[in-house]
Amino acid sequence: MPEQISKETVVKVSRLARLSLSPDQAEKMTSQLAGMLEHFRDIDALDLSAVEPMTQPYPLKNVMREDVEMTSLDRQEVLDQAPAAESGRFRVPPTIGFDV
Amino acid sequence: MQKLVEIVAGVTDGSLTATAVLEEHLGRIQARESEIHAFNLVTADQARETATKIDADVKAGKKVGALAGVPIALKDNMCTRGIETTCSSKILQGWKPPYDATVVTKLRQAGAVVVGKTNLDEFAMGSSTENSAFGPTKNPLDISRVPGGSSGGSAAAVSAGFAAASLGSDTGGSIRQPAALCGVVGVKPTYGTVSRYGLVAFASSLDQIGPFTSDVRDAATLLEVISGHDPMDSTSIPQAATSLVSVLEHGVKGMRIGRVTDLPEGCEPDVLARLEAAFDALRKAGATIVDVKLPSLQYCLTAYYLIAPAEASSNLARYDGVRYGNRVEAADLNAMYAATREAGFGEEVKRRIMLGTYALSAGYFDAYYGKALKVRRLISDDFARAYKDVDTILTPTSPSTAFKFGSKTDNPLAMYLCDVFTIPTNLAGHPAMSVPFGVGADSMPVGIQVLATTMGEQAMFKVAAELERAS
Repeated sequence: MPEQISKETVVKVSRLARLSLSPDQAEKMTSQLAGMLEHFRDIDALDLSAVEPMTQPYPLKNVMREDVEMTSLDRQEVLDQAPAAESGRFRVPPTIGFDV
Repeated sequence: MQKLVEIVAGVTDGSLTATAVLEEHLGRIQARESEIHAFNLVTADQARETATKIDADVKAGKKVGALAGVPIALKDNMCTRGIETTCSSKILQGWKPPYDATVVTKLRQAGAVVVGKTNLDEFAMGSSTENSAFGPTKNPLDISRVPGGSSGGSAAAVSAGFAAASLGSDTGGSIRQPAALCGVVGVKPTYGTVSRYGLVAFASSLDQIGPFTSDVRDAATLLEVISGHDPMDSTSIPQAATSLVSVLEHGVKGMRIGRVTDLPEGCEPDVLARLEAAFDALRKAGATIVDVKLPSLQYCLTAYYLIAPAEASSNLARYDGVRYGNRVEAADLNAMYAATREAGFGEEVKRRIMLGTYALSAGYFDAYYGKALKVRRLISDDFARAYKDVDTILTPTSPSTAFKFGSKTDNPLAMYLCDVFTIPTNLAGHPAMSVPFGVGADSMPVGIQVLATTMGEQAMFKVAAELERAS
């Protein structure tokens, strides 16, 4: 199992998760996550080399339906619930010209 | 208080009116909701309209549905068209879905009367409703104690007589644990038996909708109505609903009931005493108690708290201030995402998103998420071995009775331990239900959990009905 989680890693993960944590929050999060990850070390002792991962509980595959026309959601009803909409579309702040 | 089946019978034969039944429940809401806070929203006006229509249909001699006139509450993570659906999160506050969840459609078609949307731990993450952005729900049996969670509002609504039944969702115990703590029946069906279309996703390989009721027959009746294949949910099992009410009087003679010899530690002695009493009752009724071993059960908490947050971190990526819910404006898109999510999510939700993102991130995936999926297989294999020898397994639902507010909020791991007996079922995708079976040392209800294998609902309900007769 990897080494104990650092505050730098927590800050990096928070950027990946699009959460802006304050320095205090990052500090608290680091110690809480470290505590949990420590607990999760109990599975380190298991030999799992021959075990297949289980990704879903019920074996359904390739669930398809007939390609027929169906009613979809009402566009205006959807846009009415959006934080900002314009000309039948969702409106967002500028997406280019800024550092990501 | 009236049972669901009595209401349906009375409304259908005209000896009761849906309106009178509804007013009785609204009266109880009026009297006690301010101290309990079971609901995020009470939909009294719409409920009155529905009840009036059902009464008119009965009067006109029209056929009414299998839930005619039954006041039902919905956990506030199920979409209701035009009616606010918040997941008890600030990020969705005010959002009115443009469609109904399949379970909501089925309830309406069956003549149920939706009385409101119930409180939960934010995005169903928690075991006490203390994580709701809108304040906790109180346990109606003792308001200094939690109702359990995450479907605490749905459990409290039935326990307090605000609704004859309710629906909750169960990802790691979120129906069964609050049912146990509030002294009602709660069922988590087999993964895939109840459509999740319109259920706001938390952890998609674990989430399942199920009923809360005041007895086993009501639970069977309601589950029959909401089960069945739904083409709108690609994880829905393509089979018709199983008949459950028909098996309730079958008894348990000849059934083999599993007793787990290596149950995880930490269960209160008064709860374990009730479990022993449950085994005695079933033995007296003709069942055989068989020892089973589930050695991987001790790792279930680790597997669950890696898998569920991983899936949640992905599912909750959609709350970005673009398509629904609330937005905090900022100069560019990425700053807007971060500001919106920072303001909109509570502490526990952020913690799980962080844990999940970390477990899925490059360099850590194999060590955490990958391993957890393999442990999930071990747990599932343990159950498969056990179910060769037994028809159902009995455990406590929760390691303790309802605890006091604030007693576990400072330590996330202590809170997570509340789910130690319920989590394995979700990992395996099996059904399980909690049945009230006496009280603990503090006079608060104890729930006994009946577990069964995939599609084993009939065996589970037979045992649950027997326990109810014996309690």
